[in-house]
Amino acid sequence: MSMIEFKDVEKYYGHFHALKDINLKIDAGETVVLIGPSGSGKSTLIRTVNGLEEIQEGQLIVDGYDLHDPKTDMNKIRKNVGMVFQHFNLYNNKSVLENIMLAPRLVLKRDEAENKKIAMELLERVGLADKADNMPSALSGGQKQRVAIARSLAMKPKCLLFDEPTSALDPEMVGGVLKVMREIAQDSDMTMLVVTHEMDFAKAVADRVIFMADGAILEDASTEEFFKAPKNERAKQFLSQVDSH
Amino acid sequence: MTLFDKYSSLFLSGFGYTIMASLLALVASLVLGTVFALLQLSKKKGWAMVGNGYVQFFRNVPLLIITLFFYLAVAKVIKMTGFAAGTIALSLYTSAFIAECVRAGILSVDTGQMEGALANGLSYGQAMRKIILPQAFRIAIPSLGNQFINLVKNSSILAFVGGLDLMYQGNIVAANSFDTFTAYMIVGAFYLVLTLPLSYFMQYLEARTQGNQ
Repeated sequence: MSMIEFKDVEKYYGHFHALKDINLKIDAGETVVLIGPSGSGKSTLIRTVNGLEEIQEGQLIVDGYDLHDPKTDMNKIRKNVGMVFQHFNLYNNKSVLENIMLAPRLVLKRDEAENKKIAMELLERVGLADKADNMPSALSGGQKQRVAIARSLAMKPKCLLFDEPTSALDPEMVGGVLKVMREIAQDSDMTMLVVTHEMDFAKAVADRVIFMADGAILEDASTEEFFKAPKNERAKQFLSQVDSH
Repeated sequence: MTLFDKYSSLFLSGFGYTIMASLLALVASLVLGTVFALLQLSKKKGWAMVGNGYVQFFRNVPLLIITLFFYLAVAKVIKMTGFAAGTIALSLYTSAFIAECVRAGILSVDTGQMEGALANGLSYGQAMRKIILPQAFRIAIPSLGNQFINLVKNSSILAFVGGLDLMYQGNIVAANSFDTFTAYMIVGAFYLVLTLPLSYFMQYLEARTQGNQ
């Protein structure tokens, strides 16, 4: 069953054509990595999946809901589709534990004791149980991002979106975040869509790689195929530039 | 101070009414101001226009005119005392300024906070209540403090419509005793008794909320 399906999707910012004729199907349980040069529309694409960006034309079906239909209740989709942001977006006015417990309490009406138990388990899992009572401002970037991942997981989503989760981190913080993401990809049947520049992560974890440039999908291939021999010229060029770093 | 001893019951009664009018108007204007700030920021054009129209009207008309409108016109339809007319006018007038403070506060909260909350499954209303507004109010504390202090001082408008407040009683004492200077000095001192602690309280709030960010 497909978790996310784009059919002839077009997205504009005013006159700027941000997404061009996107056709893409992601099955439940797949881990898909989205790469491409900056400004290629990767973030825009991933942000349409939970309705943070509207599409202007075409159809976008997520978890059975049509996002382009104005009658669709976006909150129903967001309950099942979590997102991890480049700049974490933790609630600055809430403690680490409250960041994780808030949405399950308000949206899922999860029992308070159960809620706390799950939140603490998740903090344990991302290695930050001792920070439960800290405010986000007391954490490093890498720690913030791991809390943000725990916050998303607490909703027990079917699908997790990662929008450049390591791009704003100091180099020594990247590994810890990628490790947590790798564990999620391997230990769960969650669908993962990841925008990233971490090619090693893509090679190790992704089932599929999608290459975008100028708002269009130029290549959609299995991870092995893509990294061995990309068919698209732009993709080849991009890979050689990334590799030379 | 013999003047104060002689008229102390008037001063104290006026002081009581001033406190009451200020408290009522403070709560009402904070609630109204927040509501109209949210309307101004609504994505629905109609609501945004209503919010903006309200704010522009009430902050651009003299408080005295609004007060007289309620005392002379509205009171003909709905019976109300000068105290009520003045307090309502004071609430509406102040709420327009508070709406601007709250709106500025909301706008200065990072947009990522709202996106994070929406993506986490919260509704727009839940995100506003639990995440955005608490941060917006914290940012707005200094400018809200200004508005609250202005509100207390502006409550002297009640004197124009027989509102029984401090200024009203001060006018009576001044007229009866012929000691205008002393009468108004005492009135001024009473206002300071209210506004100075309020100022320090707002400074304390500011320091405290900045501490636990």
